[in-house]
Amino acid sequence: MPSIDATSKTPAARREGSPWTGLGAVFLKEFADHVSGVRMRVLEWLVLLFGLAAVYSAIQDLRSVAAQDPFLFLRLFTLARDPLPSFVGLLGFLIPLVSIGLGFDAVNSEFNRRTLSRVLAQPIYRDALLFGKFFASLATLSVSLVALWLLIVGLGLLLLGVPPSGEEVARGLVFLAASIAYGGVWLAAAILFSVLFRSAATAALCALGLWLLLSVLWPMLAQFIPQAVLPSDTMILFGVPSVEQLQMQLTLARLSPNTLYAEAVQAMLNPTTRSLGLVFPQQMVGAVRGTPLPFGQSLLLVWPQVAGLIASAIVLFVITYVSFQRQEVRA
Amino acid sequence: MASTPVIEARALTKRYGGTTAVDGIDLTIRRGEIFGLLGPNGAGKTTTILMLLGLTEKTAGTVSVLGFDPARQPLQVKRRVGYMPDSVGFYDNLTARENLRYTARLAGLGRDEADARIAEGLRRVSLSHVVDRKVATFSHGMRRRLGLAEIVLKQAEIAILDEPTSGLDPEATYEILNLIRDLKAHDVAVVLSSHMLDQVQRICDRVALFNSGKIALLGSVPELAHQVLGGGHTTVVEAEGADLATVLADIPSARRIIPGEGNTFRVLADRDLRSEVARRVTAAGGRLLRLNIEEPSLDAIYRRYFEDSRRAA
Repeated sequence: MPSIDATSKTPAARREGSPWTGLGAVFLKEFADHVSGVRMRVLEWLVLLFGLAAVYSAIQDLRSVAAQDPFLFLRLFTLARDPLPSFVGLLGFLIPLVSIGLGFDAVNSEFNRRTLSRVLAQPIYRDALLFGKFFASLATLSVSLVALWLLIVGLGLLLLGVPPSGEEVARGLVFLAASIAYGGVWLAAAILFSVLFRSAATAALCALGLWLLLSVLWPMLAQFIPQAVLPSDTMILFGVPSVEQLQMQLTLARLSPNTLYAEAVQAMLNPTTRSLGLVFPQQMVGAVRGTPLPFGQSLLLVWPQVAGLIASAIVLFVITYVSFQRQEVRA
Repeated sequence: MASTPVIEARALTKRYGGTTAVDGIDLTIRRGEIFGLLGPNGAGKTTTILMLLGLTEKTAGTVSVLGFDPARQPLQVKRRVGYMPDSVGFYDNLTARENLRYTARLAGLGRDEADARIAEGLRRVSLSHVVDRKVATFSHGMRRRLGLAEIVLKQAEIAILDEPTSGLDPEATYEILNLIRDLKAHDVAVVLSSHMLDQVQRICDRVALFNSGKIALLGSVPELAHQVLGGGHTTVVEAEGADLATVLADIPSARRIIPGEGNTFRVLADRDLRSEVARRVTAAGGRLLRLNIEEPSLDAIYRRYFEDSRRAA
């Protein structure tokens, strides 16, 4: 565990050599493993089939409506038709699953195959192994998301017959970037569990448990906690939550990456979204209802959400890094 | 060259929480020798090895491997040292060649250089015929040989082998021991750990016997035998047709005579008594059935040492 001491000692006692030595080798090997693995194939088909189904039904709707919508193309991603949810709704579920699937056995499988000490006895630092695994999984996820994105844009071109405007493409790209950042959060969480637990099954179960907690239970808790903590007269008299309660509810909900992602996607793909928080009538004075925001303004709107996603991925990765560096290699 | 130290450890100590796994050991290992770290499981052999490689941080003491500090210059150390862990693992979904290619890439070798060295390594451990087979189909012995091929591939100056023969059948053990001798012949210093004392005593030039984190005994096997068993030679005699006990008791330089099963006796002496015994038995009209010198076994040395130290305590 050289890196931990490296900062605490005098410069002469620092470890020598670059922590990136061997990163390329680890990255290429892990990437090749992912791309050729059966698990990846299954997950890709899952994403592909669900995505296609959602887009196909959206296109059916779009054709029948044929509205004079300036952002017709973005509707491909957001339109939902019963019984299928919209494409972005599906992605909100599938990206965490794919990320967990890619990361839950990243480190503990090396332990269980007894390859870890042999690999670490090669002239590399542990940093290279962990970074290589994280980036290879992220690259795999990005490749499949980009492929899916291109597929949908291509299908849209063919079936709608209308080319997307420059702004639509820009908004689509930001949406793609936000999706990758969201995947990064879940990937970092999955790899953290793979470092903490020697058994891959335990790690997978914990990661899935966290995902269920954040996607199902947390939205409900975020609603109930403010009512319990901040009792208000409006709630008792009219059954309407107070402003403080609503603000706390929003803050709590935003602790979950799912909320951050959903908000970012909503503001990016629905250009008419003017705010992601509470809006009072007096703030809307002079606003023309239903008019879209320019791209730059939408970008400002989602900036905190995307930054929050990237930050949580980094925080999770740092925790993973520290616990991996402190771990003993002997099985 | 033979006397250049490649590994030097002074007062090396490792503590996990309250327990001391390795307790202030001193080691000097020289180029071209096979050095055995022997002792029961949990005596601190693997921890010592991991500290030599910089894979675990030492608590106190100093280590120098080929002049580098494994904790501060681990890349320099790991570039020059090959390591085969206890029950070495490979990626089952890859072939032998692909596994070694990954190692070569981690070691920073170019593609052509790597392929040449992989072919050479696999030839040395006689795995050339399975180079493109998935490692999943390999037996334990083949995996160990692949681990040794990896060390050959790195052109390591020191090979550190943790329990290289545990869990192998006699045939596979024999092959591995031969390959370890082959490493020595290529001027590689070999450090191996084992709890099978008699298996490795044949190939080790010097051994260190570990006991609960300390080195109890250190030296070559004959040296240790002299030091612990206290005495030169044990001659085993079996004969019939003569009163062997009295014949043997007449030999002036015999220090002790231990009767064994049937007509077998062990004679302890400071020198080789075989010719003397043979002469006297035939002179007394006996028929010699067996006459040989007993090699001091590491096992006996070890057990004797602990009996002695327990008695002293």
